[in-house]
Amino acid sequence: MESWKRQPRLFSLLISPAIIWLTLFFIIPLGFMVGLSLSVQPDATHTVFTGTLESYYGILDRNPDTGDYIYIGVILKSLMIAAIVTFFCLALGYPVALAIAFAPAKWRPILLLLVILPFWTNLLIRTYALMSVFRVNGFFNNILAWVWNHSRFMLLGTYQPFDLLYTNTAVIVGLVYIHLPFMVLPLYTAVEKLDRSYLEASLDLGAGHWRTFFKVMVPLTLPAIMAGGIITFIPAFGALVTPDLLGGVNSQMIGNIIERQFKAANNWPFGAALSLILVYITFILLALQSWMASRRAKLDDIRR
Amino acid sequence: MRSYRSSYSRRSFIKHSLTVAATVPLMSQMAFAAERSVHVLNWDTYIGPQTLEQFTKATGVEVKYDLFADNSELFARLRNGNPGYDVICPSNDFIERMIQSDMLAPIDHSKVPNFANYDPRFQDASFDPGRQFSMTYFWGTIGIGFRNSQFATPPDSWGLLMGPESKVHAGKISWMSDPVRVINHALKLNGHSLNTTDPAEIEKAIQTLLAAKGNVRTLAGDNGQDLLLSTEVDLAMEYNGDMLQVKAEDDDLNYVVPKEGAELWQDCWAIPKGGPDLAAAHEFINYVLDAQVHADIAKEVNYALPNAAAIALMPEDYRTNSIIFPADDVLKSCETPRYLGEDIAKLKSDGMTRVRAG
Repeated sequence: MESWKRQPRLFSLLISPAIIWLTLFFIIPLGFMVGLSLSVQPDATHTVFTGTLESYYGILDRNPDTGDYIYIGVILKSLMIAAIVTFFCLALGYPVALAIAFAPAKWRPILLLLVILPFWTNLLIRTYALMSVFRVNGFFNNILAWVWNHSRFMLLGTYQPFDLLYTNTAVIVGLVYIHLPFMVLPLYTAVEKLDRSYLEASLDLGAGHWRTFFKVMVPLTLPAIMAGGIITFIPAFGALVTPDLLGGVNSQMIGNIIERQFKAANNWPFGAALSLILVYITFILLALQSWMASRRAKLDDIRR
Repeated sequence: MRSYRSSYSRRSFIKHSLTVAATVPLMSQMAFAAERSVHVLNWDTYIGPQTLEQFTKATGVEVKYDLFADNSELFARLRNGNPGYDVICPSNDFIERMIQSDMLAPIDHSKVPNFANYDPRFQDASFDPGRQFSMTYFWGTIGIGFRNSQFATPPDSWGLLMGPESKVHAGKISWMSDPVRVINHALKLNGHSLNTTDPAEIEKAIQTLLAAKGNVRTLAGDNGQDLLLSTEVDLAMEYNGDMLQVKAEDDDLNYVVPKEGAELWQDCWAIPKGGPDLAAAHEFINYVLDAQVHADIAKEVNYALPNAAAIALMPEDYRTNSIIFPADDVLKSCETPRYLGEDIAKLKSDGMTRVRAG
């Protein structure tokens, strides 16, 4: 490929739609948010830019009962939930990606379609579907109850349905369900492109299947694992609808608190400050990923 | 009904799509005929099936119809200036907040003669003295929805949902997710006015909720009645109209306003400042307050009419339904929420964030 310096006109022509798009829909709105987060709100409807850091200090508010940091606590909890979701997506997604990549060629498009299919359905509808599976009168409990009632000869007593919804676990299950395709697709692409001769060499030279997987395959697909992890982690961190619909009293995440600042609490500067914290954490994660990718690239160069 | 408060409720999502599908051909037909238009922002499923069409036929004014899911969303949409609405339908405390924020235009009573048909109780309001800015569309209460067969004696106190007695029904209780609604009823349980501005009383309400929250299954955005219907909970903080709707599906469900009293709300038509067509806004409001039109809408949405002439046109079972029209002594125990300033709103919202943390 030629360097863009040799074709500056063509380059600027090709890049300008992206730059206009980013400016209009990312940089300018983000600028507004930064301005809002540095403003005060003297009454119900006005915000005045003063450059104050008051809203950022507000993030350090403590609970008067326990002395805990309220908002820092919710941010940490959201990070934790996102990390658990990413782990389960990886643990479930990698075998699925492997299975598809090693399936007969004519099956692959269909299997891939089955992974992508839920994507075509609205997030809300998928969440409501999950609710009808897990509620007290839902499919899960009904099937268990049926099995139970047909095992009466074992004198089990009456079936007590499980309370599966409205817990932190339900939120995690919901988020894993929604984000799984984000993990499977990059992993599948990486495994599919993988030079199979490496795996054969490893097996021929006496490494077992597990060892081949962890010592050869995982390092070779590490960029895809990182990419899948990032695009699972970031939306799970900012989740709003899922904790609202599947969560219980204690399941609020940072997205719910931000929504409340713009609606019920009517405190836009504080809402803006909290959203920007979310943006900063996302930037840090992305920077970390690209730093690790570039370090890998350098190491690869040295090895050669 | 007015129940679909969350922007992502299942039924509102489906109904919304159907409404859009139904109005698109209608609007394109009317685009040729009508030159004037009125832009209305209303709750979902809160109008008669033919009301808008008939208004256009009667007046030649086309209706652009938008939906909102809760008062704070409506407020957020209009906060930075009116984006072009002629008529909106906020509730009592938000009417007062918008009056104080100089966001509403006064209603010219001479152009809304149908308002004279109103019950005198609704010709004036604490949140809008002299009704300069708003006219009630429907009103109702918040109370306890419950599953009859689970109770030896019917519930009659907020204590079952928010007091120490809630332990008996642990895991079978839902509150609303709106911070103000929950804290207001904890205030009632503690014997305080829900319009109190005393931070100590509000703090006590938050402590009441913190002590009881372990017994609560979930906070329902707009689906408390569905949780009751699917036996997920046995006690829910709910709107009377929502409970009427599920009671029709399952007769084991019922509704009561607890003895401590509750919120009495009023959704009101109002005209936001800076709207495109003030005359069309008045025409629309006067049209929906017409006795026959208002009665036809009530048959659809099943909430309480403030319009005496419209009530007279309604069937007996509507007029005598104690869930729609509570007895006078029940109404006496209820209060209509007022706008108490941004500080109190923040106190309640932050308090609920504390209740939900942990």
